[in-house]
Amino acid sequence: MTIFGLWVINKAGGLVYQRNFGDGLPSQTSNEYLVLAGTLHGIHAITSRLSPTGSGSGAQVIEGESFKMTIFLTPTGTKFVLLTSPIEPTAETVLQKVYEIYADAVMKNPFHTPEMPIRSEAFDTRIAALIK
Amino acid sequence: MSYPQPHPRFSVLSSSSLTSLDHLSPASSSTRFSLPAAPSINTTLATPRPGVRPNVYDRNLNKTRAAEVSASAFAFLFSEVVQYTQKRVSGIADLERRLNTLGYRVGVRVVELMSWRNESSSKTPKREIRFLPALMSIHTHVWRTVFGKPADAIEKSVENPDEYMIIDNDPPITRNVSVPRDMSQLSCSSFTAGIVEAVLDGLGFPARVTAHNTPTDAFPNRTTILIKLDKAVLEREEALKT
Repeated sequence: MTIFGLWVINKAGGLVYQRNFGDGLPSQTSNEYLVLAGTLHGIHAITSRLSPTGSGSGAQVIEGESFKMTIFLTPTGTKFVLLTSPIEPTAETVLQKVYEIYADAVMKNPFHTPEMPIRSEAFDTRIAALIK
Repeated sequence: MSYPQPHPRFSVLSSSSLTSLDHLSPASSSTRFSLPAAPSINTTLATPRPGVRPNVYDRNLNKTRAAEVSASAFAFLFSEVVQYTQKRVSGIADLERRLNTLGYRVGVRVVELMSWRNESSSKTPKREIRFLPALMSIHTHVWRTVFGKPADAIEKSVENPDEYMIIDNDPPITRNVSVPRDMSQLSCSSFTAGIVEAVLDGLGFPARVTAHNTPTDAFPNRTTILIKLDKAVLEREEALKT
């Protein structure tokens, strides 16, 4: 029942936002995070073509022994990834709310350039308020 | 418009080249309000054919009194306004001035619409001629018309007798704006300042109006609209007192 981290990946596979909560995850360099995000983007692109009934949504959950990765894909191709403990029933709803905050604090902000890293104080504070 | 300095408020495109005389000449009026050139403003067409949407100028102004617009749609529009403006300016002061100019164009219409509605709804329509009641009416009525809620406070400057402040703890138009650190001086509420300036001008209280960020712990978006009144206004207030 813990949330370890949140990533936002743009439609080109670039990591535009990364934040750890608590200290459940071993820290990595920003370069390693970029590689991880790019790899996940590639895996996601492949899984979305594996569906037997035409193109699907791609991987939604990736589970490990000690963590779970929940992926939420928006219609515009932005991916929100939440890293949690294996039993985290609220992951999907948290991601929905993150999407809502993203729409408000990032997309409506005139000083944000689309597809570029998110540098918005409002986004930071609202995410912090959502995930404590 | 009796104030002496040229007032470059009406034209967004070229404000520096305008002289005060230009404002009064009817030739420049098309650049002021940029009316759509084409379809007729046809007032004789009282009953529009069914299925045809009536021209915006033919609609009843009172019908939209309680109407609301989508805050999201407005936020996107305002975001584009700021981005559009930012591409065409060289600095923060310039950006604020242009936002102020855009707000001024809104304010001119707000004051006209409000006095029109006031006239049709009240048996004894009143025009404020003293400054404080006018300020109160901006704080309450203009804010309610434009933002759907009254502003949070009015303050009078202690140091300067010609300065008044309207305070909004969470201005709706900048709720989603997050100014980068290197532009921390910028307040997008300059747009609101322009509205206030136009309303004050329209009521006969020429003033310079600017917007400033004054965040508190409880209200990080708190904004102060600073009104610096023209000297003539203070003199008139003094004369009216006796």
